[in-house]
Amino acid sequence: MKHKKLLFSAIAALTLVTGGIIYASDHIDAPTVTGQSTDITDLYVFQGANTSNLVLVGNTQGLLTPATTGAAKFDENTLIQFSIDNNNDNIEDLVIQCKYDAASNTMKVYGPVAPSEKGTRSKLEGNEIASVAVTAYGSSAVIGTASNGMSVFAGPRDDPFFFDLDQYHKVLDGTATGFKSTGTDAFAGTNVMSVVVEVPKAMLGGTGKLNVWLTTRKKV
Amino acid sequence: MKTTIKLLTLIISGSIFFAACKKDPKTPAATVYYQQQDQAARPAINTVFNVGADKETFNVTVPSAMAAAFQTKFQARLLALNPAYTTNALTQDAVTFTGLLATDVLNVSTTGKTTFFDGVPANTLSGRTLNDDVIDVELLLIFGGPLGTSNPSLTSDHVDANDKVFLTAFPYEATPF
Repeated sequence: MKHKKLLFSAIAALTLVTGGIIYASDHIDAPTVTGQSTDITDLYVFQGANTSNLVLVGNTQGLLTPATTGAAKFDENTLIQFSIDNNNDNIEDLVIQCKYDAASNTMKVYGPVAPSEKGTRSKLEGNEIASVAVTAYGSSAVIGTASNGMSVFAGPRDDPFFFDLDQYHKVLDGTATGFKSTGTDAFAGTNVMSVVVEVPKAMLGGTGKLNVWLTTRKKV
Repeated sequence: MKTTIKLLTLIISGSIFFAACKKDPKTPAATVYYQQQDQAARPAINTVFNVGADKETFNVTVPSAMAAAFQTKFQARLLALNPAYTTNALTQDAVTFTGLLATDVLNVSTTGKTTFFDGVPANTLSGRTLNDDVIDVELLLIFGGPLGTSNPSLTSDHVDANDKVFLTAFPYEATPF
C-alpha cells in the first residue's frame, strides 16, 4: 500500500515536471506566438465607470521592461479581435476588431458588427468606427471617441496581471511544498501593449449574459 | 495586307480593352484574411491545463469545439495537479469543473457586477476586473477541496494586488513602468 502510494506520487510528480514550464496567464503560452506581436497576455471585461458600458481590455506582448517598452510596437499584420457570443452557443455573434496602421501610427477599430467570417479566419468587417493615435511610452493616454459612444485606447500600459510565478514553478518542480506567506509578483515592473475599448452594453445584445474571448490573427 | 492590318488593329485594340478592364479602379482588391494564432479568455487556462502540442492546438480551436477536444485532457491534468480532487468550492466534480474550463470563454454579465469571483455566489464568473485576484481563485478551485480549506499552502500565492494602482476612469489600466 505504501509502495503503491509512493509510486502514485512519483507518477504525479513526473507528470508535473514533464508538463513543461508554465509561464503565466496567457503570456508566451505556445512556441508559435512566443516573442511575436500575436502573443496575448490577458483579457479583461468589466463594467465601466459609466455603468451602461462594458470595458474590454486586450493585452499582448508581455514582460516588456522599461528598457524595452519604448521600442515596442503594434504590428500592421496582426489583427486583435474581441469575439462576443450573445446567445450562449460559444459562437461569435459580434466582433470588435483592432487593426494597427503603421503609416498613421493609429489603431483602427471596427465593430461591434456581425462578422461575415466566423471561426479562425477573419477579415475586417464593416467600416472603421473609431481610430486613436497610439500613445507613446511616457506620454499621457490618448483617448479616441466615436459618435456611437465608444472610447478606444492603444499603447503600452503596466501589466495588470499579478502572480508569484517563480514560487509556483518551485512547487511544480518539487523544490517547494507551497507558496510563501508573502508572495513576490513576477510581473511587477513589467508592461504590455494594450488595447482598451469601452462600448455601450446596448450595442452587444443578449439577455444579460455574454461570452467573450480574445484572439490575435496574422495576415495571410 | 490591308486585311492583315485591320485584323492586327482589332487584336491590339482588343488587348487594350482587356488591359483597361484589368486596371478598372472599380475592381475590388483581393480580400485580406487574418488567421488565428492565439486565443485567451479565462486567465491561465492554456498555460495550466494544456501540455506540449495541445498548447498550439488549443490556441486555434474555436470555443464551440473546445470541450469535445479538451475536457478529458483537462480532467487528467487536474487530477495530476491534485490527485485528491473530489469537488471544489463551487460544488463541481472533476468532469463539471474541467468541462467549464475547457470551453475557454469569459462569462460576462451585462446587468450588474462584473467579477471573476468576489465571494458572493451570484457574482461568480460575471467578468474579470483588473484587480480580481484570479490566480487565488483558480488555486482555490483546483486545490482547496469542497470547503476551500484543503491544501492551505497551495490555495493562495499571497500576491493579492497589482503593483500599481488602477485608474477609476478610461483607460483604467495603470501607466507603464
